[in-house]
Amino acid sequence: MNSYSMDNKVALVTGGATGIGAAVVDSLTQAGAMVVISDINVAAGKAKAEDLKAKNLRAEFIEHDVSSEAQWQSTIDKVVANNGGLDVLVNNAGILIGGLLADLSIEDFRRIYSINVEGVFLGMKYAALAMRPGGSCGRGGSIINLSSVAGIVGTPGESIYGSSKGAVRAMTKHAAVEFATLGYGIRVNSVHPGPVATPMGGQVLETLASDKLLGSEEAAMQLVQNLIPMKRFGEPHEIAQLVHFLASDASAYVTGSEYVVDGGFTAM
Amino acid sequence: MGRVGGKVALVTGGAMGIGAATCRLLAREGAKVAVTDINSEAGEAVARDIVENGGNARFYRHDVASQDDWRRALAAVRNDFGPLDILVNNAGIVIVNTVEDATLEEWRRTQEINLESVFVGTQEAIGVMKDNGGGSIINISSVMGLVGGTIEAAYCASKGGVRMFTKSAAVYCAEQGYGIRVNSVHPGYIMTPLLTNAASTLPNAEEVVSDLISRHPLGHLGEADDIAYGILYLASDESKFVTGSELVIDGGYTAK
Repeated sequence: MNSYSMDNKVALVTGGATGIGAAVVDSLTQAGAMVVISDINVAAGKAKAEDLKAKNLRAEFIEHDVSSEAQWQSTIDKVVANNGGLDVLVNNAGILIGGLLADLSIEDFRRIYSINVEGVFLGMKYAALAMRPGGSCGRGGSIINLSSVAGIVGTPGESIYGSSKGAVRAMTKHAAVEFATLGYGIRVNSVHPGPVATPMGGQVLETLASDKLLGSEEAAMQLVQNLIPMKRFGEPHEIAQLVHFLASDASAYVTGSEYVVDGGFTAM
Repeated sequence: MGRVGGKVALVTGGAMGIGAATCRLLAREGAKVAVTDINSEAGEAVARDIVENGGNARFYRHDVASQDDWRRALAAVRNDFGPLDILVNNAGIVIVNTVEDATLEEWRRTQEINLESVFVGTQEAIGVMKDNGGGSIINISSVMGLVGGTIEAAYCASKGGVRMFTKSAAVYCAEQGYGIRVNSVHPGYIMTPLLTNAASTLPNAEEVVSDLISRHPLGHLGEADDIAYGILYLASDESKFVTGSELVIDGGYTAK
């Protein structure tokens, strides 16, 4: 049997319309999963789903703001009702607000936490209610939370983003141990990309290049290259392939782990 | 074409446990597999079994503590299969001891098999891989390279050494532009001959094993295949941006 097959699995990928999320949707659908793409970007999300359906892959789009508890409840209900279950949740949706710690506002902090941390908490909560024994699908599952290397080490200009990703890292371990202890059959792991060639990766460079930090794009690029032994940004599909491993039964004994995909960033 | 189709892999300690499971999985996914071990009988059997199931494998007798053996094995593999793409430094031993009762001899023996062999193997593999455009080196550490265990003092030290050596080699190879990735895998306690043999040296083996199980939140010990799948990921091109990282596969052991 092929433990990587996703043929009988239903997955929900938040922020699945663009960037890493879209690459995850590609990987999981190609492996046979039915994937529900959730995003606030309706146009891109619908287009992504249509594109996959045209290739005879199984996908659908649902509009979903991860900072809304009511929308989490209705999204999970709909996914389970329409597809007969939920086996995989990829908490990928997130935002970055860069800038100097001294310049950022409490509103910035709360906004980033409402999406990156509260969104992940709510996702795990409603997914667990559905996936655990006696829940609306009740057959266990795998939850993958997108954290970041910024949740492990410090970099200039990413204080509140990194803090939110550190919260995701720790919450992942707590959920993993709690769910395992209770026999839910739900594994929870975090994935920690280094800078990736996406719009958010561009934002990281922009913050570093700002006048208050390094002052030029060249200096920003130089710093990033110095931080990454492989001397390049990651590609979305390189993150997606790790998410596929964690989503599949090939990783049946993996829970509470933090897997980095960072070209060596955190190894030095 | 499998996930490692056409690649040449060498797996040390391939005769049993995680090593044997890795040999079988890599072969099933299309690799040509050099099964190496000091246990010729069991190693031959693994290679034969792979071939009988339609895979490509061959056994080489190889003492990982011997630099000469490393050179002989790598030359033979190159001759039989072609340039090496994947090295899995899996061979290892456990001698049950505490910091108070471990002898210096046990300590040195443990470092020799578990740590020196990884240094020599990685160095020799870099030597051949860098001229072939790169490769993937996977060093099997342990959760005991991340947290302390009480009855395996020397083993813990050796596995912590493997973890840090892996990162140093990874960063070096990336900066040199060799295209060689180096990562460590950290299994929890896995049901293998290594574990059952170590436990059998204790008067209260059953109690020890049930205590071990209780330390894994998933509520059971892992199987060799659980680790082999992680090794396969690191061996394949799917992990081409992953280097210097630690793949923990431990049923939640270190998350708590």
